[in-house]
Amino acid sequence: MIEWLLDGLLVLALLITAVAVLASRNLFRAVVMFIAFGLLMALAWVRLQAPDIALAEAAIGAGLSGVLLLDAARHLGYNRGGPPK
Amino acid sequence: MIRVLGVVTMVVACVVFAGFLGLAVWQISGAPAPVNLPGLLAENLEASGVEHPVTAVLLNFRSYDTLLEIGVLVIAGIAGISMARTTSLEDPDLRTSDSLLYALQRWFVPLMLLLAGYLLWAGSDRPGGAFQAGAVLAASGVMMRLGGIPMDFLRPGMLLRLGLALGFTVFLLVAVASALAGEAFLAYPEGFAKPLILAIETVLTFSIAMVLLALFVSAPVNRAQEPEEGERG
Repeated sequence: MIEWLLDGLLVLALLITAVAVLASRNLFRAVVMFIAFGLLMALAWVRLQAPDIALAEAAIGAGLSGVLLLDAARHLGYNRGGPPK
Repeated sequence: MIRVLGVVTMVVACVVFAGFLGLAVWQISGAPAPVNLPGLLAENLEASGVEHPVTAVLLNFRSYDTLLEIGVLVIAGIAGISMARTTSLEDPDLRTSDSLLYALQRWFVPLMLLLAGYLLWAGSDRPGGAFQAGAVLAASGVMMRLGGIPMDFLRPGMLLRLGLALGFTVFLLVAVASALAGEAFLAYPEGFAKPLILAIETVLTFSIAMVLLALFVSAPVNRAQEPEEGERG
């Protein structure tokens, strides 16, 4: 029961963060949501008994991609669509 | 209104996608697997030279895939460096005055280096391995870079090229050597599997860290467009 609850919450949080990444107008917020999504995804891999992929996801997916995306977002200006401030 | 419509469309698309995904999972779980892969792996694990099944697959049974993967990474790193403006690679005034970052870095960098070494070693009998270790190594490099510690090896030159190509080269050399010695391409000789895998993993770790770090460091710095960099932080 508690495991189903945990998995359900994890899936829900994954969906919410994924939608937040796509729907956010602010690039900085989108990147932060992407990092949160990556960390939750790592947890999901742990729940699926794939600790190797969880490690890779946390280190590369959330960590380094997050840093690179933050860098890119800063160069693009934080507001999607409009000219950089 | 348009925003609401967009969200509704997105939700509907997600639900449809989830439905198809569920259907696929249902069908897959119904059909029996044609080959018993876990069983096959468990039978041959002894011959692979390592105790962890994932590492055995990545570095022995399907090492061709890993070889191509590191090739792709090296190409990506070269592309990233060639896009860079060389000035950003030697940027003395990037040094931060953030005392919190400086303090954190003094504690974290040695720990992260230790963790990278552990992950590399752990790959032989439990979760871990070259890619994870390389990512952690690169992350500690990113931290050092943010703290403004000079890293001369990242300037375009011999050391950078060597570091980028090392993993792929050693991997390819082992593969070709085993092919020339009369065995199949990428088949490790009997009894040498573990040392060879360990050597390959070590150089892979360095190269992966180098590629990821080079990608981060060579991101362009447009100072002309944003004179006050700290403002938006």
